[in-house]
Amino acid sequence: MPIKETITLVLMIVGIFFMAVGAVGLVRLPDLYMRMSATTKSATLGVGFMLVAAAVYFSELGTAIRVIATIAFLLLTAPVAAHMIGRAAYIRNVELWPNTRDELRGQYDLEREILAGSPPKLRDDLPRPVAKNTD
Amino acid sequence: MSLPDVALFLVLPLLMVSLLLTMVRFVIGPRMPDRIISIDMLATLGIGVIAVYAIGTNQPVILDATLVIALISFLGTVAFAYYLQRRG
Repeated sequence: MPIKETITLVLMIVGIFFMAVGAVGLVRLPDLYMRMSATTKSATLGVGFMLVAAAVYFSELGTAIRVIATIAFLLLTAPVAAHMIGRAAYIRNVELWPNTRDELRGQYDLEREILAGSPPKLRDDLPRPVAKNTD
Repeated sequence: MSLPDVALFLVLPLLMVSLLLTMVRFVIGPRMPDRIISIDMLATLGIGVIAVYAIGTNQPVILDATLVIALISFLGTVAFAYYLQRRG
């Protein structure tokens, strides 16, 4: 078996391993936040391996550029999407696993949806800019 | 067993099992965010299916679809999260 196909095979096996681990974690883990960790990290890494396997197998410049663009886009957007879902879920009081040590409890102003543990600098508290008389 | 056969008859069925597990979470997911992350996972697995299918059928043109699916999945997830945060 030539070296290119061997590399493709290894990358594909590693990719399907990480994606299957992500899918099992999505079913088995106890609360939303841990499930989100499984899908965001493990599955994104697995699909990155799959795309690199395709790029190695075809070994053309155009395919490689498309694959690099897709991987860069996935790595940029997966944390953003996970952060938005986790923030919305925490604001809407989705229950945590009972053994989780919730260090954010009491630190978060759920009505104004801002961090309020330390004295917050709100827009209303800041001194108003005074208009200078320029005449 | 050549490499396209491995892709089509070994890796693709394992991806299908992963899709089935994700659909299980989509059905039983107790709250709305569980279903949203399972939709996100479905799109990610779909990109993997496309990559494996492109290897299996020796057609690199199919890989164009991965970028579109990644883009639409991100937009959908952001829209769902915004809706969740506003409506509860």
